[in-house]
Amino acid sequence: MNLVVLMRMVPDVVEELEIAPDGKSLDQEALRLIVSESDDHALEEALLLKERFGGRVTVVAPEAPEVADVLYTAAAKGADRVIQLRGVEPGLGVAAMAEACAAALSAIPDLLPADLVLTGAQSIEDLDGLVAPLVAHRLGWPYLGVVTAVSEVSNGTATVIKEFQAGYRGEFQVSLPAVLGVQAAEKPPRYVPVAKVRAAMKATRIEEFEAPQPVPEPLQDVTIVALAKPEATGRAEMLEGSVEEVAGKLCELLAERGLL
Amino acid sequence: MNQAAPAVVTPTYDVTLENLFEHPEGRRVLTCIQCGMCAGTCPYGEVMDYPPRRIINMLRAGELEKVFRSDSLLSCVACYACMAKCPRGIRLTEVLLPLVKEQVFINLPETPAELQKALENTLRYGNPFGESSRKRAAWVKTAGVPIRILSEDPRPVDVLWFVECQNSYHPRGQDVSRATARLFHALGIDFAILGNEEKCAGECARLLGETGLFDTLMDYNMAVFAKYKFNRIVTSGVHAYDAFIYQYPERGFRYPVEQTTPFLARYLDKLRPMLTRKLPYVVTYHDSCCLGRHNGFYEEPRALLKAIPGVRVVEMVHNRVNSICCGGGGGGMWLDTYYKAKGYERLSERRVKEAIATGADVLAVSCPYEISRFEDALKVLGYDQKMVVRDVVELLAEAMEA
Repeated sequence: MNLVVLMRMVPDVVEELEIAPDGKSLDQEALRLIVSESDDHALEEALLLKERFGGRVTVVAPEAPEVADVLYTAAAKGADRVIQLRGVEPGLGVAAMAEACAAALSAIPDLLPADLVLTGAQSIEDLDGLVAPLVAHRLGWPYLGVVTAVSEVSNGTATVIKEFQAGYRGEFQVSLPAVLGVQAAEKPPRYVPVAKVRAAMKATRIEEFEAPQPVPEPLQDVTIVALAKPEATGRAEMLEGSVEEVAGKLCELLAERGLL
Repeated sequence: MNQAAPAVVTPTYDVTLENLFEHPEGRRVLTCIQCGMCAGTCPYGEVMDYPPRRIINMLRAGELEKVFRSDSLLSCVACYACMAKCPRGIRLTEVLLPLVKEQVFINLPETPAELQKALENTLRYGNPFGESSRKRAAWVKTAGVPIRILSEDPRPVDVLWFVECQNSYHPRGQDVSRATARLFHALGIDFAILGNEEKCAGECARLLGETGLFDTLMDYNMAVFAKYKFNRIVTSGVHAYDAFIYQYPERGFRYPVEQTTPFLARYLDKLRPMLTRKLPYVVTYHDSCCLGRHNGFYEEPRALLKAIPGVRVVEMVHNRVNSICCGGGGGGMWLDTYYKAKGYERLSERRVKEAIATGADVLAVSCPYEISRFEDALKVLGYDQKMVVRDVVELLAEAMEA
C-alpha cells in the first residue's frame, strides 16, 4: 500500500503570539512553528496501516523553519521517504496552500498513484478543516474527514471510522485512492528515542522538491481586516470568608443561576 | 566536610554493553556474589521482575534480552541505594543499570503518556513542563535582588548559577530561586545566570535510558557554556550536579561545580551572623539520593539547618546513606501515573510518613524535585496541616529576614 502523509508546520501556541505592525498578521519573527498536532496523528495512522497491511509511507511537508526535524523524526518512526516542498511558504493561506500541495503531490516523481493521502482533519490555522477536502477536490479523489481509524483496506476500498458526538461512531467505505482528514490516530503518536532521530539524520536524505510554478496566490475574495489579542477582563469573582460563608455564597450563586 | 573538588571517579561514559568486560567497572560486575543486598535495599525491589541482583544473573547467563523486553527497570528511580550497599562495590547505578535501562527504554512497546510528554517537551523547550523556553528567566523579575543574565550582560563572572528547570518554572521552585538569589546577594557573590539560554542538564533523561536526549542537551549546554567566561558553576539541581561531575567531562567540561547547599555550607561562617531571625521549627532533613548517597554531602545541609536560631533538627528512621528516594529520579518524576496504575506505593508517600513520625513540623530538602513531590504526598495523606516542605535555602533566607 502506498501511503502519503501531508504534514504542515503551524504556530506553536506555547510561545506568545505577537501581532505584526500591520495589525493583520502574526509577527513571523516572534513565531515558533511546530508540526500540526493532527498531522502528527495522520502520520501515526499511516505508520499503523503500514505495520498492519504493509506498504510505504512518504511524508511531504512544505518548507518551514524546523521542518527538517519533523521529517527526520518521521523517518526515525518508520517513514520510508521524506520530502520537503520548496516554494510553498507559511502565510500563503489555507486555500492556496492546499492547491499548491495538491499540485506538488501530482508532480513529485514516483509518488502517485497512491492508495491514501492522509493529513490532519484540522489545524490551528485551519479550524474549518479545508486543507484535506481541497486537496481531494484538486486530485479528484473522494474525501473523508474527522477520521479516527482505518479498520480495513482491501480490494481497492478502505473501511474508515469517523467519530461523532456522544461517542457515536460511523463506519464508511471509500474507494481508493482517497484523501483522509485524520482527527486522531488509533493510538497516540509514538515516541521515538532521540538517538534514533540522530541516527536518522545521518542515514536519511530529505528530498527537496520545487513546488510547480506558479504557486497559487492567496485568495483575494476574503481578506483579513484585523487580528487582536484576547482582552484581559477582570470578571473573576473571588469568594471570601470562612468555609461555611464561602459555601453559603456559592449555593446562593448557583441557585440564582438556576443550577440548584 | 566535602570541598569543592569533584569526586575522583574512573570515567565510565565509554563503557557499553558490548565492551563491558574490557573495563574494570564492567569486570567488577562479575565479582557479584548474588547476596541480594541490592534488591533488598531497592525501594521498588519487591515489585521488580528484574531487580539488580537478577539483572547481573541474567547478564552472566547471556539472557539480558529478557530484561530488555520487560518494563521492570522503569521502576528504577536511580537512587544509588543498590550501589551504596553493594559489598563488592559494583557501581550499579552508574554503569550497568543505565546501559540496561537504555535498551529497556528503546524496546518499550509503548512509552507511558506522561513520560512521553515530558521527554518531548524537554527536547523541544528544554524543560519537561512544556513551558516556553523564552520564559525560563521570567521569575527573575520577582527576585527582589538584581540578577545578571549573561546574554544581556556577557562580562566575565565568578559564579555561573545553573538554575535548572524545576527552580525556573515551578512556582515552589521559583520560591527557592528567589531565596537563593537573596543569599548569593547577601554573601556578596559575583554571580550570573544563563537565563533563557539554559536548558535542562538532562541527567534524569539519561538515567531513564533516553541517552540520545541527554547527549543533545549536553551538546547544547556545552556550546552555551563556551560563549561566556566564568570561574565555576553552582547549580540548584542535584541531578544537574551529577551530570556536570560525571558526564559532561566527556565533552571537555572542566569547570569546578558545586550544588547550592554544600556551596552555601562553605560560607557558613559568613552566613551565621546574618541568620538573626529565630525560627521555632522542628526540622527533619531528607537526604536526596544524588547529594547524599551519591556524593556524600550528609553534614553540610544539617550544619546549615543547625546554624538557624531556634531550629531543632530531628532525624527520620532512614537517614543519610539509608535515606529513601522521593521517587522522582531516573524518570520517576514522570512515571507517577504509571506506578499508580500498577498499584505501587508512591515513594514520596512512604517517605512523608517517616517524616511525620518524627513529630517535625518542617520537612527540609535540597533537591528541587522534592518540594512538589512531598507537598503532594502530604496532601494525599492528609498531613498538609501538620507539616510544610522547605528547601534548606528557603529556611536560610527566612532566617535572614529582619
